[in-house]
Amino acid sequence: MTVAAPASERLASRSTREVRRGDRIFRGLSVGSGLAILAIIVAIAVFLVWKALPAFHTSGLRFFTQTAWFPDARPARFGVAALAFGTVLSSVVALVLVVPVAIGAALTLTELAPRRLGVFGGYVVDVLAVVPSVVYGLWGVYYLVPKLIPMQRWLDHNAGFVPLFQSRNDTFGRSVFAASAVLAIMVLPIIAAISREVFRQVPQANREAALALGATRWETIRMAVLPPSRSGVVGAVMLGFGRALGETIAVALVLAASFNVNFHVFEPGGNTIAANIATKFGESGVTGREALIASGLVLFVITLGVNMAARGVVYRSTRIAEGKV
Amino acid sequence: MALVGPVALRRRSVSRALLGLVGAGAIGLTALLFTATPFQGVLDFVLVAYLLYVVAQTAVSYAVEGARSARNRLALTLLVSALFLALVPLAAVLIYTVQRGVQAISPGFLTHSMNGVGPLEDAGGAYHAIVGTLEQVVIASVISIPLGLLAAVYIVEYGRGRLVYWIRFFVDVMTGLPSIVAGLFIFAFWVLGLHKGFSGFAAGMALAILMIPIVVRASEEMLKLVPNDLREASYALGVPRWRTIVSVVFPAASAGLTTGIILAVARVTGETAPLLLTAFGFDAIRTNPFSGPQSGLPLFVFSQAGSAFDVAVNRAWAGALTLIAIVLVLTVLARVLTRRNVLA
Repeated sequence: MTVAAPASERLASRSTREVRRGDRIFRGLSVGSGLAILAIIVAIAVFLVWKALPAFHTSGLRFFTQTAWFPDARPARFGVAALAFGTVLSSVVALVLVVPVAIGAALTLTELAPRRLGVFGGYVVDVLAVVPSVVYGLWGVYYLVPKLIPMQRWLDHNAGFVPLFQSRNDTFGRSVFAASAVLAIMVLPIIAAISREVFRQVPQANREAALALGATRWETIRMAVLPPSRSGVVGAVMLGFGRALGETIAVALVLAASFNVNFHVFEPGGNTIAANIATKFGESGVTGREALIASGLVLFVITLGVNMAARGVVYRSTRIAEGKV
Repeated sequence: MALVGPVALRRRSVSRALLGLVGAGAIGLTALLFTATPFQGVLDFVLVAYLLYVVAQTAVSYAVEGARSARNRLALTLLVSALFLALVPLAAVLIYTVQRGVQAISPGFLTHSMNGVGPLEDAGGAYHAIVGTLEQVVIASVISIPLGLLAAVYIVEYGRGRLVYWIRFFVDVMTGLPSIVAGLFIFAFWVLGLHKGFSGFAAGMALAILMIPIVVRASEEMLKLVPNDLREASYALGVPRWRTIVSVVFPAASAGLTTGIILAVARVTGETAPLLLTAFGFDAIRTNPFSGPQSGLPLFVFSQAGSAFDVAVNRAWAGALTLIAIVLVLTVLARVLTRRNVLA
């Protein structure tokens, strides 16, 4: 008896040691994976900065004011001004087009449709998100661009006194507006999906209280659903903005590249940082590629800022951060 | 008195028949307008009829039911219209791509590469690109699925305090990372930094960066749905924590995990921008993803679409159809699996 006890104890402690080791290894693996993700983000920033430095060195501060893009010329002249402008302009126009539609669709799916139909409709809208961007680009060039021309011409002729609608050379086609229309379709599912999550978080009691007071369904939406969802929807729109800023291939295909700062969104031409990288990469020399990395760094910083702000807003608005994308 | 009560209580409302009449009137008026004025086109007809209907409906409702009801009807009509408006481009993209793609696709398209095909030749295909995409997506999956799944395990099972907050936050931020930036990073790191050159493997890594956050988020949602009772029952039997996660939590969440992973695969299969900077593109068949440039299906579509020649554009449409078919099959498959998910 006196001999057996320590033996079994030893046995037990060996097995607990093994258990502990298994747990330690597994825990280590999972912590390591989490940290690896943080490391990737840091590595992206570090490598982009490192490989962009020569380009910054060549162009100096003019990188932020120059509109031309001749990095492989001697002397090299290039800057991100026109590109950054085009990036922001096309994304803002896209948001103007898409926000009412996306929020309206999300409200219909959560507030008006029967539950099962709403869920199914959500799946269908989400299919918009899996269509590859190159397909949107191809479709944009061959289907959407020609379809949009009459509408742009009509607006130019009848409301051309507004600079935004004016096309000074009376040509239309592969314009910033067309690119924005494609972008609008592409960011619709993100904005709609997150808005749906946000609306679903509103307690049912809010709606029932409004209905019990005799509110119509629209008044219920306006008074019981929208106010608590406001910041969440703002976050959703900002996430859509971030996505639009970084969209590459569809814009590269639809937009006829040019390097100027131009508010006339119906005039063909314009460019974005991402689309410029895609179109110029193949033909660029060493300096050209460094310059493209530098412009990519600017895009990274902008989208990182927008995304972090958006996530912050969404996190705060929905206590359970259900940021489904 | 006995009569006034119920009558006053009953709200006057616009009947369906009257709404139908309003709709018919709107269409009729539009038809009249289109024969009498230079208006034309199917799209314009639908638009004008729709606007007329919305205005008439609101007016009738205002006259019969009062201002609040009119506003309600107008708002609800607009909301439902927004949903339809959101679905129109989806239908347009799918229908147009299928139309053009079916016209353009030929039996040889899936079995031939672009090796030695002249710019004006109506020949060649996407076989090399399909092989490339397959390899790149497999590489991306091999990297990102274990990493993403384990990170989700950390977040759900082990995570405490600030670290888990920051990991979750940056996973979310990473979902918004522009795909071209992922490509630029691998280019800067792998091609410029380590002098490894363009390859299918580089493309796989870039795709993995885009796939990781999607896998983490989807797995996290699923692992959270596994009831704690299951874990506790396992602990009570003396099963260690890691064995509980591997043999109890994972199987319970398996349907959902598979769905999430398939959706992530579908998402990165269509990515073009990162391939441009990492795989670079290649006309011939290259089965070894570790050496030399490779093509990929989205990249193939992009490069053919940029051509001025009709034969190339046709190949782009055929490629787009193939791509969309792959992606949609994966998406539907994922949704079918969701049905089997006991947790959701």
